[in-house]
Amino acid sequence: MTHNLILRVVAKLLIPIIILFAFYVQFHGDFGPGGGFQAGVIFSAALILYALVFGLDAAEKIIPRWLLHLLAALGLVLYAGVGVVTMMLGGNYLEYGVLGSTQVSGQHLGILLIELGVGVTVAAVMLIFFFSFAGRSRS
Amino acid sequence: MIDLLINVTLLTFLAITAVAMVRMTDLFAIIMLFGIFSLLTAGLFVVMDAADVAFTEAAVGAGISTMLMLATLALIKAHQEKKPLGRRPWLPLVVVTVTGAALVYGTTDISNFGDPLAPPHTHVAPYYIEQSMADTGVPNMVTAVLASYRGFDTLGEVAVVFTAGVAVLLLLGSRRKKNNSTVDKEDSNDS
Repeated sequence: MTHNLILRVVAKLLIPIIILFAFYVQFHGDFGPGGGFQAGVIFSAALILYALVFGLDAAEKIIPRWLLHLLAALGLVLYAGVGVVTMMLGGNYLEYGVLGSTQVSGQHLGILLIELGVGVTVAAVMLIFFFSFAGRSRS
Repeated sequence: MIDLLINVTLLTFLAITAVAMVRMTDLFAIIMLFGIFSLLTAGLFVVMDAADVAFTEAAVGAGISTMLMLATLALIKAHQEKKPLGRRPWLPLVVVTVTGAALVYGTTDISNFGDPLAPPHTHVAPYYIEQSMADTGVPNMVTAVLASYRGFDTLGEVAVVFTAGVAVLLLLGSRRKKNNSTVDKEDSNDS
């Protein structure tokens, strides 16, 4: 893994762009194609590329496994939590309209939060998949 | 006209890829063809104006699943598919032919592509097209349906993804060595 200079340089150039694209897909999903699911997959692809080029140990230093386990659950809790909050504010489960002063602003906030939850969970679970599979070949 | 040409080209490549996958025995090449198959499918979705679906197919089908299959391939010893046993090839052939014929027969009941009078397009779709902007303020109708109108469905999908992650962790997560050292100790040794 130490001599792949071109691979390392290209990966270092590409990874920030991939992550930036993932955030674009995440937060621009309201206006163009995309959303939390695709953004999570793209974000995990950036870290998988890092793990492939620089090794699994280096990737696990960036995102340790316990953090991935936490994030996978946290995204789902965020999504379900939005539903609970809307119920507390007097609406139905996942009725985002009550989150804001107007129906549309509430919908915007609700969709933003649940898409974030989807993205976090998907990215974390994809990385758990990869780390679990790739981690076994070492031992 | 150009749509037809692209469709025919993509579908031809799709068929060639499918036949090549069946004929090949090298697992690495088959995985690569799986990725190409997904990418071609994504192209077809784009031609059919389903950009969101195409996006998912390209990212998940061509990207992540190819990656995971390669990771699996690295774990297993055999890189060659075993030659199937030669007895009774007519039984699978009959099953495949009958299933294929049933599916082709089924397509005759599907309404034409883009038919505005088709049942799926006359039920709730007009409501979404007319009201989603006023209801949610989100220009992308697909996002409006997925995140808002069908928010509960999407919550279920996220729960499925989470469950899959938990299942993989339970099956493959702990990396035990032969001397039965604890997982925590192993993690600190690895880093």
